[in-house]
Amino acid sequence: MATMFTSTKPLTKSGIGGGPKRGGPNGNGSPKRNGHGRGFSDLQSSANRYRIGMWVALASILMMFTALSSAYIVRAASANDWQPLRMPRIVLLSTALIIISSGTLEVARRRLKEAANAHRRWLLMTVVLGIGFLLSQLLAWRQLVRQGIYVASNPHSSFFYLLTGAHGVHLLGGLAALAYLSLRKPAPQEDPAAATKAQAGADAVTLYWHFMDFLWLYLFVLLFFVR
Amino acid sequence: MSGETHEAVHRHEAPKSFIRKYIFSLDHKVIGIQYIILALAAVLVGMTMSVLMRLKLSWPGTSWSILGTLFPHGAPGGVMNPEFYLSLVTMHGTIMVFFVLTTAPQGGFGNYFLPIQIGAEDMAFPFLNMMSFWVTLVGFIVILAAIFVEGNTTIANSVGAALGGASGSTVGPIGGWTGYAPLSAVGLPAGPGQGAGMNLWIVSIAIFCVGSLLGALNFITTLLNMRTRGMQLMRMPLTCWAWFTTAVLALLSFPVLLGGGILLLLDRTVGTSFFVPGGLVFGSSVLTTHTGGSPILWQHLFWFFGHPEVYIAILPGMGATSHILSTFARKPVFGYRAMVFAIFAIGLLGFFVWGHHMFISGMSPYSAMTFSILTLSIGVPSAVKTFNWLGTLWGARIRFTTPMLFAIGFVSLFVAGGITGLVLGQTSLDLPMHDTYFVPAHFHLVMGVASIFGMFAATYFWFPKMFGRFMNERLGKLHFWITFVGVYCIFVPMHTMGMVGMPRRYAQFTEYRWLDTLHPLVVFVSIAAIITVLTQIVFYFNLVWSVFKGKKAGQNPWEATTLEWTTTSPPPHDNFAGVLPVVYRGPYEFAVPGAVKDFTMQTEPEASEVAVTEGVGGNGHDVHKH
Repeated sequence: MATMFTSTKPLTKSGIGGGPKRGGPNGNGSPKRNGHGRGFSDLQSSANRYRIGMWVALASILMMFTALSSAYIVRAASANDWQPLRMPRIVLLSTALIIISSGTLEVARRRLKEAANAHRRWLLMTVVLGIGFLLSQLLAWRQLVRQGIYVASNPHSSFFYLLTGAHGVHLLGGLAALAYLSLRKPAPQEDPAAATKAQAGADAVTLYWHFMDFLWLYLFVLLFFVR
Repeated sequence: MSGETHEAVHRHEAPKSFIRKYIFSLDHKVIGIQYIILALAAVLVGMTMSVLMRLKLSWPGTSWSILGTLFPHGAPGGVMNPEFYLSLVTMHGTIMVFFVLTTAPQGGFGNYFLPIQIGAEDMAFPFLNMMSFWVTLVGFIVILAAIFVEGNTTIANSVGAALGGASGSTVGPIGGWTGYAPLSAVGLPAGPGQGAGMNLWIVSIAIFCVGSLLGALNFITTLLNMRTRGMQLMRMPLTCWAWFTTAVLALLSFPVLLGGGILLLLDRTVGTSFFVPGGLVFGSSVLTTHTGGSPILWQHLFWFFGHPEVYIAILPGMGATSHILSTFARKPVFGYRAMVFAIFAIGLLGFFVWGHHMFISGMSPYSAMTFSILTLSIGVPSAVKTFNWLGTLWGARIRFTTPMLFAIGFVSLFVAGGITGLVLGQTSLDLPMHDTYFVPAHFHLVMGVASIFGMFAATYFWFPKMFGRFMNERLGKLHFWITFVGVYCIFVPMHTMGMVGMPRRYAQFTEYRWLDTLHPLVVFVSIAAIITVLTQIVFYFNLVWSVFKGKKAGQNPWEATTLEWTTTSPPPHDNFAGVLPVVYRGPYEFAVPGAVKDFTMQTEPEASEVAVTEGVGGNGHDVHKH
């Protein structure tokens, strides 16, 4: 019978199940027994939830765009009514804007810990670039509409409006998060918990924004070079 | 253990106002109960619809005057229209799959017990958790609205007309829970049940997807980040593994349905042609507004979600069953690691088998063979689970409580329903069986009834923890036996009907003389269904009565080992009254040789460690007082 007890390994044997190894009262199943109060690593692990949560959320967003892209590829191959659009030139501007915005946001994220408002300028720049991207996308829509190309005009235009629209909606969410980051009160330096949390929030938002950047580059290639 | 005293300072107070405490609550326990109440309400709607379907199938010409009053167009003179029946099929399936089988096991019990079982104070993102429930509730309200918009009750008629509803001989859209295009994609020209109600159906499912995604995000993050000290992954109860895998499945499959739903809605409202091919003929007119779409594309997108959804429904039941079998067999789960890997294997394989729903859609025989082989290979982890359950029961001194009976019933139904999956998974056998009663018989047994048995087991098992009182055992056993025999009486004859060739989704068979010999069987199934449904009144009564009048239960009434049994019944707002438990061992240490009791809590230190920490107290020792 004793062989059945698959789960009675003593605590001293670490690495049974993997998982983060940091200790502390909130310690992610860490085998470490002697907690050291709410120390740094504990705060770190509590704040980690924002980064983990963001990765998980991105996985689900990725799945939705994977589904839409596979629909795109299948639909392109399924009938002969597929008429590729000519690229509205302005999407090149969109692409440039969003790439730059990723850079400015990365600078902001790294400067968060520095003196009070150093990062705020960069955040604001990112917001402006983000709004610029969305406006540029809207102009691309306007250009198509002026040519008489609407959502239902042909399958490629349907996918163009749909994919840019879905991406734009997600980017709006990113803008809201950026607005939150730039409007929130700076974390007091003497409170390590608040500072760690603030950094984790900024990391998560930055991750999201970079993802939206890469997602747009992917959609750009899909829409105008795979067809 | 001195670290714990620091923690005691950090206690979260429960909110005082009624609204924040019970309505817009951030507490995962309240949200879990809200989900369960939602499922209990939704299942009533779904069950009523199934009874109406049975009435129509067994006694086709009979007039039910109450129906005539409620639905003057759907059931003129009390006799149900075929369209009325088809909309019942659609709404029964949709409500049961989404709002019962997905909400209760995961949103309900998962929400309530996952944080407690891993020793956390709450979910990682309580606000998202609250939003997840309320978004799901909005989805439910929208699907109910679909009933009235398409339907034709006297009150709703005006509402329906105001919203541009269809002619209204139905109680909702027509299209089955799969909503196959092009029927679902072209709108009113396709006939009754294709009006505004179908739009609401799609919107409701899209909303539901969002709610589920918020939930899944929370489950995964909570499990990865919030486990208490000592709760290594391989020390988690199997329930947690099941909820985690379910959350991963939901996270990766619901976005695909959401994407497909958006495309379908665009086809219906904007006039795109993702799924609608050109030249469709309706009656005497040709549809000229669409060209070149692919109906099969919708099937691919739908079933890429649809198959994992089956496991989303049943995996939590598997987790609960493993947990409960071990507790009442007073033995550790046989092959814990194998159980964990089997859950993952089932979840992983579940993503690569969607094509077996589409064997007759005209796919390449080579793809069909690939899907078939992958499908049959799911039998391996399923068999691992089944044999491990039997191994857990083998030679045990079983305590036959109501939750244990339902857990054993789950194993029985999982085997009985799963074995026909091996039939349907093979292309050559699926071709004649497809769209016959064999298919509903198979999936009702395995994903419908087995999952529900898992939830019944969970309800009877955890009720003492949730409300501090037992459910009535005598009523529980009555409920078990009638339901257990009843569901077999309903679904075993359906296999026979399917083998004879009776097609599913037909409103009546009076014109099909060669099926006349089956009619007594159809009536038998209906009577069994009605009895089984009425028996559920016993369950509902037991549930409500026991909340107020049930026998008082202590902290650990079943002498179980996991963390939820180390706290009070019901647990305080922050689950462990400010002192997070520390875990020293695996989840199922029953009958440990040399131990004083026949069960050892996860919080009990090893003998050598007791000597070091003796006298300090803490959660690990509370259990001795019960």
